[in-house]
Amino acid sequence: MNKLLTKERGRKMFLLGNEAIVRGAIEAGLAFGATYPGTPSSEISANLFEISQESDLYFEYSTNEKVALEVAAAAANSGVRSMAIMKHVGLNVAADALMTLAYVGVKAGMVVLSADDPFMFSSQNEQDNRYYGKLSGLPVLEPSTIEEAKEMIKYAFDLSEKLQEPVLFRTTTRINHSTGIVTLGDIAPPKTSGDFTKDPFNYVTVPAVSRNLHIKLLKHWDEARSIAEGSPYNFIEACPGNSLAGGKGPYGIICNGVSYGYVRDAVKDLDIEGKVRILRIGFSNPMPGALIKDFLKGCEKVLVAEEGEPYMEEAVKAFAQEAGLTLPITGKGEEEFSRLFEFDPAGVRKVIARYFNVPYEPVAVPDLSDVPEVPSRPPNLCAGCSHRATFYIVKQAAEGMDTIFPTDIGCYTLGVLPPLSMADFLICMGSSVSTSCGFSKVTKKKVISFIGDSTFFHSGIPGLINAVFNNHNFTLFILDNGTTAMTGHQPNPGVDTSLLNLTGYGRVSIEDMVRAAGVKEVTVIQPYKVKKSIEAVKKALEFQGVSVVISKEMCTLYAKGLKLQSKRRYQVGSKCKNHRDCINLLACPAFYLSEGRVQIDAAQCTGCSVCAQICPENAITPIKD
Amino acid sequence: MNTTRLVIVAVGGQGNLLASSVLGEAALLSDISVRMSEIHGMAQRGGVVESAMLFGDARSYVISDGEADVLVGFEPSETLRALKKCNRNTIVITNLHPLPPFTVAIGKGVYPDLDELQATIRAKAAGLVAIDAVKLARQAGNELSVNMVLLGALIRTGKLPIKAETVKEAIRSRSKQAFVESNISAFDLGYGAAQ
Ligand code: SF4
Repeated sequence: MNKLLTKERGRKMFLLGNEAIVRGAIEAGLAFGATYPGTPSSEISANLFEISQESDLYFEYSTNEKVALEVAAAAANSGVRSMAIMKHVGLNVAADALMTLAYVGVKAGMVVLSADDPFMFSSQNEQDNRYYGKLSGLPVLEPSTIEEAKEMIKYAFDLSEKLQEPVLFRTTTRINHSTGIVTLGDIAPPKTSGDFTKDPFNYVTVPAVSRNLHIKLLKHWDEARSIAEGSPYNFIEACPGNSLAGGKGPYGIICNGVSYGYVRDAVKDLDIEGKVRILRIGFSNPMPGALIKDFLKGCEKVLVAEEGEPYMEEAVKAFAQEAGLTLPITGKGEEEFSRLFEFDPAGVRKVIARYFNVPYEPVAVPDLSDVPEVPSRPPNLCAGCSHRATFYIVKQAAEGMDTIFPTDIGCYTLGVLPPLSMADFLICMGSSVSTSCGFSKVTKKKVISFIGDSTFFHSGIPGLINAVFNNHNFTLFILDNGTTAMTGHQPNPGVDTSLLNLTGYGRVSIEDMVRAAGVKEVTVIQPYKVKKSIEAVKKALEFQGVSVVISKEMCTLYAKGLKLQSKRRYQVGSKCKNHRDCINLLACPAFYLSEGRVQIDAAQCTGCSVCAQICPENAITPIKD
Repeated sequence: MNTTRLVIVAVGGQGNLLASSVLGEAALLSDISVRMSEIHGMAQRGGVVESAMLFGDARSYVISDGEADVLVGFEPSETLRALKKCNRNTIVITNLHPLPPFTVAIGKGVYPDLDELQATIRAKAAGLVAIDAVKLARQAGNELSVNMVLLGALIRTGKLPIKAETVKEAIRSRSKQAFVESNISAFDLGYGAAQ
């Protein structure tokens, strides 16, 4: 049984933020979930998926975030508590649905979880999704701790039901991927089936209906604001030892999310607890204006500590203006907080000390200028990864061509690193295909793009249909490794679910899909067969118009997990003349140099045999057992 | 209660996440407040994995440069790279068994000399415990128990407010049944080696 289904109320567990969120949702009686996987939210989905196989919960991996949101919205409008889970940029994909879902609203509680990623540990941007609350008019909740995240999810469902609107639950990586002690509560029995009552003049968003719905949304927004004013998640706190508790503290700090922890620690470390009052905002859209004005009135000077954009700062300044207050308020600035990246305790301490003029001696970081440079350890495609083989094949087949390589989001994005260097342009999921259309139209270069199987289903298909319709000229590689590898091997519509012992799923053939889109030149290669693939790819590259090459080989890490990896291992024999083509062209991490000679680490080798096929001396051979 | 800040660095696949969850469990059993954050890389192998653990009253989940009380490195060059987390009072524990990054394997970087590496760490921090954890793990009967060896060494320093017995209890509850015995003996060997 998944540990998050434990019934023991009051039991303490050391849980990952994402696990605490799942537990909170289960305690709230979540009955229906949908997602497209994306770090840092992935463990939420992984756990819900597992739980769905052991309980009445319905959970699905949808083809993209927009689909996930719509699937969940229908459930919520049929009276079933639902959740849609995605990373921050996923909400861009789902935004079209979100904006008008806000007009329509929900019947049962619906939570839309957006996992933001300040510092971009695993993302292409660090957008601040609190603005989606403002844009859509929906409430936003943001936890500061793991324990709070669990409780807040329950609050989010209740709030959603009360307002009849979906609620945005915004986390950051440091909540999703931190671990803390959580106390379990009771699990509410989920209501798993519902009914839909027809009401087209409230559900079908033609202009005449939507005009009324917008009026309704603004009413809900007003209601949300008054709830935010009294919400237990927005609170003014005098630090322990503050004799001015509830009264006037000269220094005010307004904070949210993980910044709250940094602020509390800093105030203690700087020994200014007696002078500081803190306003913690956990319900951040609509902002609680009356509470903020009240707080400001008790302060001489206020600092707003928030990662990302000056979202609260701007609101706080506007409220001060309304209240006729002229005290100094600051947040983002050269001398204060940055809009870039994530905060850390020392950085927050420094800004607080400077702003409030508190003496502060930072910890002496050792002088490391004399320490020899440590060799870097960049991420690399796994040993034996089929993407490496495909990149090599394309490189050989395209030799002499002037090329552009638009790429997409997945493990294969690592093809950007030398020596492969097979990535020239990337903006978001699916962009490889559509940008190929534009590049091939305005340049004379040969455009060759790469997209993974899951990303193709997510948002590659419209670009491909566009290419056929508008008669563009490029070659698209669909790297079909049978799983959604980068985020942890989740299934996607092309996956053979029987390998995972899952039943009741359909399966979509990428090849059929591509042909049905009208692509005339479709080639399927097996990238571990190098020579044959190079010949086939050469032909595809010559084609005028849209050609698609489907490179089919299972992700080797996934294969290992399923015990389907080749058992064969390779070694470098005496015929090796030390050209090092293998290392220089493939850069497989199974290679190493020993006394100037290339060797293969048998523990890392996966038996793909690609290096054996490209060695000009045939020096790489299987180990006989 | 004061806060103790621990940074653990490792190479993906070395089992530092199990080590940190054992410590978390042990803290829970000892009724000590604990927070941890880790950077999960992508699915690919071989990158650096870093966890930060704060025991005691702190409310932050991360540790700033220069603010670790203890640094445990599962791989010597990674220990050296993480030295920026330390200050003059930091105790450092490192495995001495190198796992050279691929950049070194292909001649695009030089792996640091192990003696110099230890001398550097000794010069910058308050103390260094350096052990060949792979050797001890093999001795314990499971090469993959490097993480438990290093946990043993860590607990022996007395820097964490957690007792060896409690950690062993957590090891028993968190390890797969087949590995309990070798993990405990790896812990003991690490504990013994760190005196
Ligand atoms: S996880 Fe799979 S797809 Fe990703 S790098 Fe490793 S082998 Fe390649």
